[in-house]
Amino acid sequence: MSATTAGGRLPSRRHYRVRRYLVEALCMVFGLVLLVWSLLPIYNIIIVALSSHDDVFSGTVWPEHPSLHSFVIVFTEGFWYLDNFWHQFGNSFFVGFMTMFLTLFVGSLASFAIGRLHLRQGWLLSNAALMTYVIPASFLAIPFYRIMQIYGLSNNLWSVIAAMVTFATPYAIFIFSQYGKTIPMELDESARIDGANPLQIYIRIYLPLMAPALVAVGTYALLLAWNEYLYQFLLLSTPRSMTVAVALAQFLNSDESPWNYMMATAIIYALPPMILYYGFRRYMAAGLTMGGVKG
Amino acid sequence: MSSTQHAVGFGRPMSVSQSRRPPWRFRLQGSDTTWAIAFLVPYIAVFAAFVVYPVIFGLWMGSNPSLYGVLFSDPKYVTTAINTLLFVVVGVNVKMFLAFLLSGFFVIRSWWIRALLAIFLIPWVLPAMVVFTSIHFMLVTQWGLLDSLIRAITGHDGPLFLVHQSVAMGANIVSYIWKWLPFWTLVFIAARMAIPQDIYEAAAIDGATGMKLLIYVTFPLLANVYLVCTLLSTIWTLGDFPTVYFVTTGAPDMSTNVLASYGFHEAFDFGYPDLGVAAMMSALPILIPLVIWLMRRARATGVQL
Repeated sequence: MSATTAGGRLPSRRHYRVRRYLVEALCMVFGLVLLVWSLLPIYNIIIVALSSHDDVFSGTVWPEHPSLHSFVIVFTEGFWYLDNFWHQFGNSFFVGFMTMFLTLFVGSLASFAIGRLHLRQGWLLSNAALMTYVIPASFLAIPFYRIMQIYGLSNNLWSVIAAMVTFATPYAIFIFSQYGKTIPMELDESARIDGANPLQIYIRIYLPLMAPALVAVGTYALLLAWNEYLYQFLLLSTPRSMTVAVALAQFLNSDESPWNYMMATAIIYALPPMILYYGFRRYMAAGLTMGGVKG
Repeated sequence: MSSTQHAVGFGRPMSVSQSRRPPWRFRLQGSDTTWAIAFLVPYIAVFAAFVVYPVIFGLWMGSNPSLYGVLFSDPKYVTTAINTLLFVVVGVNVKMFLAFLLSGFFVIRSWWIRALLAIFLIPWVLPAMVVFTSIHFMLVTQWGLLDSLIRAITGHDGPLFLVHQSVAMGANIVSYIWKWLPFWTLVFIAARMAIPQDIYEAAAIDGATGMKLLIYVTFPLLANVYLVCTLLSTIWTLGDFPTVYFVTTGAPDMSTNVLASYGFHEAFDFGYPDLGVAAMMSALPILIPLVIWLMRRARATGVQL
């Protein structure tokens, strides 16, 4: 109707605006669908954790008597699967941080040697790392279990750490090699003129300048070791040596297990990776643009 | 010490690129090699002890040809092999295509889309065993969350998901896509961000809009990344363990296993580790060509892994 007063321009602008609102509304609907899709299984964890044992499979969308009782049980280790919960939590942290530290140590040394010291056989090692990176870890699980017995490391946290470092190091070498290319070689060369040896260059120049890549890879290694299940389950068998992931799966041994305790434990177990991820998200994203991340 | 430097330094042939370096470099090369070897000792030790040895050990465990006779005559193995193929081909391709489309949605600059992305990534960040167990609880009885929702909305009881083989296998694939979609979306977002904006401006001047930009500009530019990512994901998914192990646990009647979970059960529940290794080795005829293709593609196109 305004078309008659303002000629041809107004309706097209209005048309454009209506179209923009329509697109925005469609985006919102789509976003809502994505939100439900992403959160449904997580919502399920929360309602199971808040239910009482009899309520778990009551067929309701929200528990009738929600309570934090399950969390109290977990915190006080009040169920026999959870007798060593805090000790196991400590084990998970130990495995995670040792994996992080050793991955950074082994990976940065190797990438420094390959990228900065012009080793002629460097490509061979890069390819070896690439092969390890692409092979699915589960395919090595059975022989890994056997050789850990040969090494005398069965039921030992160090066997898990060894496995996690093995699978995290190739990624570390990639990211470090990519990132290392942005650090000018002239820095190394001028340090050499000043009489620094490679070890000093590594400690004083390479490591400080690699800080963002170190954070990205460190976060990755920690998340990998914390979230991994198969190797921890195979290599750890007694309650004192278990990590949280393995202890949690014990609940699945029986159909009568208190699922509410299990899911409350799962929430506590899932909090550190969430905090870590959202705390270091910027660096993780930087890691992605430097290369891929092995899930 | 200088004499050893000399000896090693002279023993090495020089390439063209090395001759451009300042002259004092040559004197240091011998000790460089020594340092480089010292720096590589930890990695080589890890690689030898925990990659080479297990690989050789595994090849040795699965080297007896009679194992494969036993394996191929097991009807459960045949089901497993078909499942794995279905899981990988459908799961990976649907996931990658959705991730590609979603990355286009998530590059829109808007505060709520950025917030949504942070939530969308949660499935990827959480431990696989936790989220897959949760999905298992949603499906395993008729009183799980999914059935409760169906009952609340339609008034009828929902289906039993883990009773029919095809439904259960579908649940595995959907769960797998749910878990890994965020990660690959993130990879494609990073790849899209790397496309220079002036290419789009030039295309816009030529009159390309909306769908045409996607088909004629974005997709050709991302084709290499898309292929390399799909290959990489295919290789990893061939060895996927936690999805099936937790979501359906192989139910009904061990008919939804994939290679990794089948091999695991053979090795640790039934006590035939050699058969378990053989089951996983039976993927090698597919795995090895894929790895070679991936390496060549990655090198030829310069896509970083």
